[in-house]
Amino acid sequence: MSQTESYLAHKGFKSWALTMDHKRIGVMYLVTTHLFFLIGGFLALLLRLKLLSPGPALFSAHTYDVLFTMHGAMMIFLFIIPAIPSSLGNFFIPLLIGARDVAFPKLNLFSYYLFVSGILVILISLVQPIDTGWTFYTPFSAENSAAVTTVSFGLFLVGMSSILTGLNFIVTIHTLRAPGMTWYRLPLFIWGMYGTSVIQVLSTPVIGITFLLLVAERLFGVGFFDPAKGGDPLLFQHFFWFYSHPVVYVMILPAMGIISEVIPCFARKPIFGYKAIAYSALAIAFISFLVWGHHMFVSGMSTTAGVIFSFLTFFVAVPTGMKIFNWIATLYKGSISLDSPMLWALTFIFLFIIGGLTGLFLGSLATDVHVHDTYFLVAHFHYTMMGGTVMGLFSGLHYWYPKITGRMLDERWAKHAWWMIVVGFNVTFFPMFILGMQGMPRRYAEYPAKYHSLNVLATVGSWLLAVGIVIMFANFIRSLNRGAIAPANPWEALTLEWQVPSPPPEENFEVIPTVTDWPYSYGKETGDTRGK
Amino acid sequence: MPDLTALQGTEASLASHDVDAVFIFILVIAAFFFVLTQGLLIYFAVRYRRKKGEPPAKTPYITGKQWLEVVWIVLPSLLLVGIFAYGVIIFVKMRTPIPGATDVQVTASQFQWSFKYPDGRTYSNELHLAVGKPVKLIMTSRDVIHGLFIPDYRQKQDVLPGRYTYLWLLPKRIGTFDIYCSQYCGTGHSLMRATLTVMGQNDYLAWEQSEKQKQQSAGASPKAKGKALFDSSGCGGCHSIDGSAKVGPTLKGVFGSTVTLADGKQVKADEEYLRESITEPNEQVVKGFQPIMPTFKSTLKDDDIAAIIAYIKTLK
Repeated sequence: MSQTESYLAHKGFKSWALTMDHKRIGVMYLVTTHLFFLIGGFLALLLRLKLLSPGPALFSAHTYDVLFTMHGAMMIFLFIIPAIPSSLGNFFIPLLIGARDVAFPKLNLFSYYLFVSGILVILISLVQPIDTGWTFYTPFSAENSAAVTTVSFGLFLVGMSSILTGLNFIVTIHTLRAPGMTWYRLPLFIWGMYGTSVIQVLSTPVIGITFLLLVAERLFGVGFFDPAKGGDPLLFQHFFWFYSHPVVYVMILPAMGIISEVIPCFARKPIFGYKAIAYSALAIAFISFLVWGHHMFVSGMSTTAGVIFSFLTFFVAVPTGMKIFNWIATLYKGSISLDSPMLWALTFIFLFIIGGLTGLFLGSLATDVHVHDTYFLVAHFHYTMMGGTVMGLFSGLHYWYPKITGRMLDERWAKHAWWMIVVGFNVTFFPMFILGMQGMPRRYAEYPAKYHSLNVLATVGSWLLAVGIVIMFANFIRSLNRGAIAPANPWEALTLEWQVPSPPPEENFEVIPTVTDWPYSYGKETGDTRGK
Repeated sequence: MPDLTALQGTEASLASHDVDAVFIFILVIAAFFFVLTQGLLIYFAVRYRRKKGEPPAKTPYITGKQWLEVVWIVLPSLLLVGIFAYGVIIFVKMRTPIPGATDVQVTASQFQWSFKYPDGRTYSNELHLAVGKPVKLIMTSRDVIHGLFIPDYRQKQDVLPGRYTYLWLLPKRIGTFDIYCSQYCGTGHSLMRATLTVMGQNDYLAWEQSEKQKQQSAGASPKAKGKALFDSSGCGGCHSIDGSAKVGPTLKGVFGSTVTLADGKQVKADEEYLRESITEPNEQVVKGFQPIMPTFKSTLKDDDIAAIIAYIKTLK
């Protein structure tokens, strides 16, 4: 189809630093965010290493507090939130809808630099590393002597970047769809990204303003959150979770989008219940704004508020459960190949089910009182965030690696890594459910001896997990040069990005395609759509 | 673990029985969906697996089944309403005042719990209760947010500065139980633990009597007053009196000793040094410790500080 140059053809620092190509910006985000995934993961290994012993060991409690704060803040703000939207979203939204770029390419590059400046500001804070936890609860964060103000400002910049990216995507999806690409012909990844972008645009300003209030509190002693001045420490928690709960769905919706692409392709079946999945993404985005109070059942909030938030929380389980059933139904009578993207997609479903079902104990008021702020909660959100979002991301990385780099991954090593990570993940995090049920609180630098053996088990699991992740990233890097040359469409998928060469030309499409069908016609008429 | 003792009538408190019943109810529903979904997932992945290198088999073109989708929206919704309702009933019960409850004032501070009985007796990190006698904990914090958590009781409540929050407890089993701080509050968070001792009703009365006598015989010497203030102000949360290291330096033998400060200077720990360490704690920070101690300038009067210093002098 194309004789034009690949987007990777131009070399040199300037060709990257000043690029307005959504694909290059996507790759830049990919590298930046994954760097923080590796650093944040390394910090987690240190945390687990300390917890090998219940008493004082290895480093001080203060260092432990700094490390878990860094681990949480990096993983949440610099990795999970931007990882899929800003990297894979940037790279693939235009390709999937048949566009040449996003709606505002300059703004896109500007967003990247805002993101990087935010990171630089946060790095400055390492002079006086913060130990507030990633949740920054007042009054602890307001009175803290560490560089909370600096970090708040850095996160403010990162949030700005997030808002602009979301805005860019919304406009892109509305205005730049190829002829014939109606809303119901959109790949489900686009629906997921659309829901995510809406949440980013609507909720991120709230956290931005909250950080500004915190800064005003620290610098000028304003007293929004200080009871001595008539403020309310719980107000901060309301503001914080008004953003941070919807943002959980910023993390998960794009991953669900990836799963909705990979499952039909590798099962050679149309996605089951397209409209249900598409609308559930929007339903989740909407309801996500109404459930923040479930983080605060034991905070001192009124019983009535607790009851209402609990009810709304169970509401969000319905569209989430629907998606799980839809994916499983898609597998029925398929012709399933277990290549690495599919293995990761199935792993996503497997782990996300555990994450979702354990959420029932947290959504129910009576049981939440017991397991809240314990390791049960830690296990639950690692099953949903890492078992969910990150496994979805891994699926997407293995699925789209050939398109991004023009090379195939080594499938054998991908599977070695898969085994290690799946086993390591469960050995690390499953014991935490039991620890939490037994009452071990989170953020404990030292703990009573009765929790010792399960902590040892979790630490051993973290080593397996780490080895698996190292193997996976080694495979990513090694295959850049040594992987087999990728064909345009190695998975015989039907979405538009696979109809252009790997890696795609700079302009994506030589001629903007006209779309005549939805992208899930696997098995239609011939029963085999290969070569279509 | 929801130890199944709850179902055998040996539960630790009123709430622990109720909460465990909800836990088990949800566990049964979760187990059903776990087996259903994971079973189908794995069964389909194995049953319809394509051999490596083989072309895809013919697959049916199924894009949805409306009745099926209705089923998996309606059925889980009904069960979710059931889980929600059961959780609410027990939660409301846990938050309903138990008639005849004795008030105990709880003050949390970094990093110590203080429990004050109606007659004024105050204990640091120790709560004594009588089995079968309800109590109401009236809780507040001196500094940041803490959380009072009694795992065996399945009870937890955040403790905030500037307002009261409550917990109602009805002990049902004699024994000792852990109390943890569940809301991250700083460097000493994980050591902010207390012990709940539940005694038989007669034992409790005997204990109460002897404690009252002890208090009377100690009289109102500055040293005794100092110890009471030391406990109620939460000093022991960070400073040990037995020489062991906590978040702050130990106070054993500190009076009269030479202290090395963070900037390398050496000072003699006299009365003025101790006074300043209480009112302006971050002026002279001991080497090896974080400058995290809050000031007690506004909470302790001059007499109080003098009494605490008198107490510290006795810690040899």
